[in-house]
Amino acid sequence: MWLMRPLQERSTRIFLGVLFASLVIVSVLHVFMPQNSALYVSAYTVTLLGKYLCYALLAVAVDLVWGYLGILSLGHGAFFALGGYAMGMYLMRQIGDRGVYGDPVLPDFMVFLNWQELPWYWLGFDMAWFAFIMVLLAPGLLALVFGFLAFRSRVTGVYLSIITQALTFALMLAFFRNEMGFGGNNGLTDFKDILGFDLRTDATRLGLFIATGIALAIGYVICRGIVTSKLGRVSVACRDAEARTRFLGYRVERVQLFVFVVSAMLAGVAGALYVPQVGIINPSEFSPLFSIEVVVWVALGGRATLYGAVIGAILVNYGKTVFTGIMPDAWLFALGGLFVLVTVFLPKGIAGLLFRTKKADNTDKPPTAHEAIA
Amino acid sequence: MSIFQELTNRDRVFEFLAPAQSPVDVRHGPILYLEDVSVSFDGFKAINNLNLTIDDGELRCIIGPNGAGKTTMMDIITGKTRPDTGSVWFGSRHNLLTKSEPDIASLGVGRKFQKPTVFEALTVFENLELAMAADKRVFPTLTAQMKPEYRDRIDEVLALIGLKELRQAFAGILSHGQKQWLEIGMLLMQKPRLLLVDEPVAGMTEQEMERTAELLTSLAGKQSVVVVEHDMGFVRSIARKVTVLHQGSVLAEGSMDQVSSHPDVIKVYLGEEA
Repeated sequence: MWLMRPLQERSTRIFLGVLFASLVIVSVLHVFMPQNSALYVSAYTVTLLGKYLCYALLAVAVDLVWGYLGILSLGHGAFFALGGYAMGMYLMRQIGDRGVYGDPVLPDFMVFLNWQELPWYWLGFDMAWFAFIMVLLAPGLLALVFGFLAFRSRVTGVYLSIITQALTFALMLAFFRNEMGFGGNNGLTDFKDILGFDLRTDATRLGLFIATGIALAIGYVICRGIVTSKLGRVSVACRDAEARTRFLGYRVERVQLFVFVVSAMLAGVAGALYVPQVGIINPSEFSPLFSIEVVVWVALGGRATLYGAVIGAILVNYGKTVFTGIMPDAWLFALGGLFVLVTVFLPKGIAGLLFRTKKADNTDKPPTAHEAIA
Repeated sequence: MSIFQELTNRDRVFEFLAPAQSPVDVRHGPILYLEDVSVSFDGFKAINNLNLTIDDGELRCIIGPNGAGKTTMMDIITGKTRPDTGSVWFGSRHNLLTKSEPDIASLGVGRKFQKPTVFEALTVFENLELAMAADKRVFPTLTAQMKPEYRDRIDEVLALIGLKELRQAFAGILSHGQKQWLEIGMLLMQKPRLLLVDEPVAGMTEQEMERTAELLTSLAGKQSVVVVEHDMGFVRSIARKVTVLHQGSVLAEGSMDQVSSHPDVIKVYLGEEA
């Protein structure tokens, strides 16, 4: 079974071990340490860490298509935001009549805009299962249609990157419009509870943090399962010599489409977990700048390693949190400078630095199917 | 009326009802059949009324000066380039002009590129694994398992191409000649009916060249092989039948001796004064 294979390899076990240990440690420190202790982890920190884990999952999704398939997507923020909006719509419907205007059905912004009834595409979002399916389906469907058109026409390289950028920009402009019915530039906010749990309590926040950690673990194993399968090697083949792969009898555009859709769905899940933790979703998540930032995380962490993407996402965002606290205006310069330095001095990113000594004895390559069976 | 007739014609098998992978029909002899094929790029006729027939099991060499249309011909056969006019048949059942590159590859047409093209980030073993004849759709590929018989087949080819010791090496570190061999090995893994080999001995040493000649002649009979080559010594060592291309059409065809004494061929290769 292709999903079981990653669990047998050492790098995945280490990754999962570190991840779960961190989840347990943070939870224990949050719950059992007295508030005045130096080791106490506040609810604010827990949510912040949860946010980093969402970004890490998004980075893994980007690394899957960029690192292993050679598709530099500068629009993965669109899938992230769509997953987020699907979750946001569910959370809006959960508010019920507790909104400012007290309308039992319509969200506040619709009452404010004098809308009489719920648009058809909001129907069903009061049911959790429906909303959670849409979290996967909305980004997946967009990726399917977009990828089908792009890959069939054999758009690759920088042209594809530009189109993905245009995609997320177009969606941002669309979601800014009030007529779209997604809250315009204010987006969706003022959430009360999720699955019946109050979003403002510390316990719910901790639960969301743990759920995000588990989602990251599952997403990582899925990606690892794909890249260690024969399909993963075909992806690398498509990345390095597309024409050759075609003449071997593989339908390159279908391989690309499959991996792209999986990646988009993972990005959607990341967005869905992000929204209840930050408490808002608005069109700024669609901004091209955000999608480019994600690519920078992956590049910093180390492309085509998956765990590098996680390291990159967490470190850069931690840096961002610290840096924007001290010198808010200088952050983008710091990020740009870091990107240049890493590209020049660490072409394999932080992951390449961490595992440089191991490369010598040829253990950097995960065991492939034939080795695992041998 | 005509549509009605078309639909009620009982002799006809609709395309969607025909089996997708019907075998290659070579009962009439030829495995590859090109008729009146022409293609032009921006007014330049790269292929001009080309007629070519390759028999099943044949080893054919195709020579010709630069720009004679050799590579373009291979592009047409493998579905990379669509000709303006003409027809291309694989056996007497498969019209290659209606098929995509992966379809043509899975029908049994293998191609080696002029510049050796292997997957450098994968190992020698993995290169051969990907080339192996198998179900190449997305989900079967995702769940594919390495079976002992596959491993044996890969080992067999590894021995044949002399890369057994380098099986776990990345293809990127191979020498030029070794990459050529690996690519030939990938062709063999595909179990093709027809091999199109573009300049197989470019950059090879004398010794490697000899082994390549041996390998290609040993394949003929079981598979049909079309070799495009510049190196006349190599062509002489393997050829039974040679086709000379010039300006996109066939100039001469026959044994190496016949061809090299053909006045038109001498003219093309040596210039007007000869």
